[in-house]
Amino acid sequence: MTALASGCPSGLSPASEPSFAQDPSAFVVERDGKRSLDILVRGASCGGCLAKIENAVGRMPGVAVARLNLSTGRLRVEWVGPLQPKSVIEAIARLGYDASAFEPAESDLAGAKIERRLFAALVVAGVATTAVMFLSEPVWFGSDLADETRAILRWLSALVAVPAAAFAGQPFFRSALASVRRRRLNMDVPISLAVILALGLSIFETITNGRHAFFDAAVMLLFFLLIGRVLDARLRRQAYSAANALVAMQSATATRLLSDGVAEVVRASDVRTGDRLLVASGERLAVDVEVLEGSSEVDLRLVTGEVEPVSTFPGKVLHAGAINLSASLTVRALSRADQSLMADVARLLEAGEQKKSSYRKLADKAAEAYVPQVHAMAALGFVGWLVLGASPAQAAYIAITVLIITCPCALALAAPLVQVVAAGTLFRKGIYLTSGDALERLATVDHVIFDKTGTLTLGDPVLRQESLRPGLLYDAARLARASHHPYSRAIARLAGAGPVADAVKEYPGQGVSGRINGRMARLGSASFVGVAPGAGSELWYAVEGESPEVMHFDDVIRVDARETVARLKRMGMEVELLSGDSSARVKHAAAAAGIIAWRAEATPLSKARRLEDLQASGLKVLMVGDGLNDAAALAGAHASIAPGGAVDVSRLASDCVFAGDSLSAVTEIVEVARSARARMRENFGFAAIYNLVAVPIALVGWVTPLIAAIAMSASSAVVTLNALRLARRNLNREGGSA
Amino acid sequence: MNAFLLMLPTVIVLAMTGLAAFVWALRSGQFEDPKGDSARILNDDDRPG
Repeated sequence: MTALASGCPSGLSPASEPSFAQDPSAFVVERDGKRSLDILVRGASCGGCLAKIENAVGRMPGVAVARLNLSTGRLRVEWVGPLQPKSVIEAIARLGYDASAFEPAESDLAGAKIERRLFAALVVAGVATTAVMFLSEPVWFGSDLADETRAILRWLSALVAVPAAAFAGQPFFRSALASVRRRRLNMDVPISLAVILALGLSIFETITNGRHAFFDAAVMLLFFLLIGRVLDARLRRQAYSAANALVAMQSATATRLLSDGVAEVVRASDVRTGDRLLVASGERLAVDVEVLEGSSEVDLRLVTGEVEPVSTFPGKVLHAGAINLSASLTVRALSRADQSLMADVARLLEAGEQKKSSYRKLADKAAEAYVPQVHAMAALGFVGWLVLGASPAQAAYIAITVLIITCPCALALAAPLVQVVAAGTLFRKGIYLTSGDALERLATVDHVIFDKTGTLTLGDPVLRQESLRPGLLYDAARLARASHHPYSRAIARLAGAGPVADAVKEYPGQGVSGRINGRMARLGSASFVGVAPGAGSELWYAVEGESPEVMHFDDVIRVDARETVARLKRMGMEVELLSGDSSARVKHAAAAAGIIAWRAEATPLSKARRLEDLQASGLKVLMVGDGLNDAAALAGAHASIAPGGAVDVSRLASDCVFAGDSLSAVTEIVEVARSARARMRENFGFAAIYNLVAVPIALVGWVTPLIAAIAMSASSAVVTLNALRLARRNLNREGGSA
Repeated sequence: MNAFLLMLPTVIVLAMTGLAAFVWALRSGQFEDPKGDSARILNDDDRPG
């Protein structure tokens, strides 16, 4: 290898450890003899990474295009000839980046399309606003304008504003229509009404050569609102694909055995019920399966939360997320409905999702309070002026100006802008919000439940090093390097790279044997070396003719787990540990993290039930978990967070996914969510005050286009600046801690 | 008034040109990777072709 530093040359992200490299050939698209592959690259964060990766891949034989999109972390490779796609993945992995083939999800493509459409709407509204403001300026200030000239300027404004609003307003019109059909009111209803009525009134005034036209107000309103929408859509799509990327690394493919014994690599999504699959050791199951042949051990940490590997035999059912450890297995793919656990989880998930969708957003609540009041005011103005003897046209003018000036602008921007700033702050810290109203729910939690394995702990066992004979580690590592067993991996990781023993043989469920310096050595369970078993979490090492030696392992908690728990408590929250693992281990982890309340051996059902009980008593529970057994609880909780290594189901059921080993992300999320909620409330408060001042002005009939334009810009600016305070707060904190 | 007659078509043509340029840029993917593009310009490209 070259002397290039591994990973990001700017040190912006740590280099990744090489892991099980999947064969991406199932993802290769072939067209006109040209083959292409989309690869997700993790850890690329600067121009140096870009050059490193593109140069390395670009130099491979036959490669015509190697282009990395730094914003999304996607590398597109196109080549002709016999290049093995797996070698591309391996080349990137050698540079110190995680790489895996992927196929853009349908929803992802749809999201990109929506975003592009919103962006086009924003630009059209922006250009139209500028143009109409230029045309309006003489009307605002030119008191000596000839009627003819003014009429021409207005017709020109109409020529620009009407088509622009018809195009740029569509996202709002559609959403308003859908909302009205469901007999609900959202913020898009008053927005659409204000835009359409403003344009209608302005055309009427232009035809009748009346006093005021509001073409500028209509397009300006759309422009401001679209800024918020575009930022929101962009950030949400980025967060969504980043969260997906965290797990795209694993189990994207499966090896299918054909009837003639030939093995082919297929995408996990192409596996059909009844397919015979070959699961190599070290591979993570992509689907639920029944074991047909072979005996091995599987790691169920992501499925049940048990740290200790479990042995398998023909007939045993394994769930997606289980990692095969010692020997390859032949399995049969099951459909999801085939087993009770998955069916239970699916039912609970559905129930949780329904509960969540009934949550009403702050913004919708505000809209429902605001819309009837403002519309009543407008109606009052109309009737009042008729009674006072104004013509219907004059009265209608008053009513419409009320709707324009109470402009939903400040109100409609109040929540989304805060959301964008908060989500952006979290995104830069590797925390991805995956649902729109997550922040509001996260801000109100008062009880936190942690899962143990993989959440509170790192999930990987660590060798206890005190009282370890010097040299034992080195010897044991020569056997351990040949095994995927978590304990072996812990030894190998600690010992670093080095030689492997000769004639290594792995005995599923027992251990590894091999020849070291001409003598037979064994590494494995107590019975494997012929001694009485100890207290568990141990591995024995024995050399021919010598007495066996024991090594102990701990399921260590994340470095900052204790600090995070303490901080959550200081924030006024109850903390609880709920795990599927054994009592002894859960108790130990709870003590280490400073958690008093804990429950062990929980099933998916009992986890979900515990959550229901807590929520029934009025608590708002935040669930933090990663396993399949947590999925139902994650979906049912008031708010939920999953670490990046979580199984797909759990990640999808969560509001938020965080990357990295630090548990402080949890407090970070809650803190940002709380201040976001405070900013939102301030913004709504400001919008209310603004309307209290604006409505009387409109009712008296003093509103001119100039006043409308100023009021609209000023109120939008105030809520925007207030939302930006959120970013500044976080910036200050970062500066302080650095 | 004459000034209007000259300016109007000019302005409309200019605006349409700008809009068309934007639509082209959007369609050809120039807004897809702002982060990468800003980094790419600083990289030496000493590979031929």
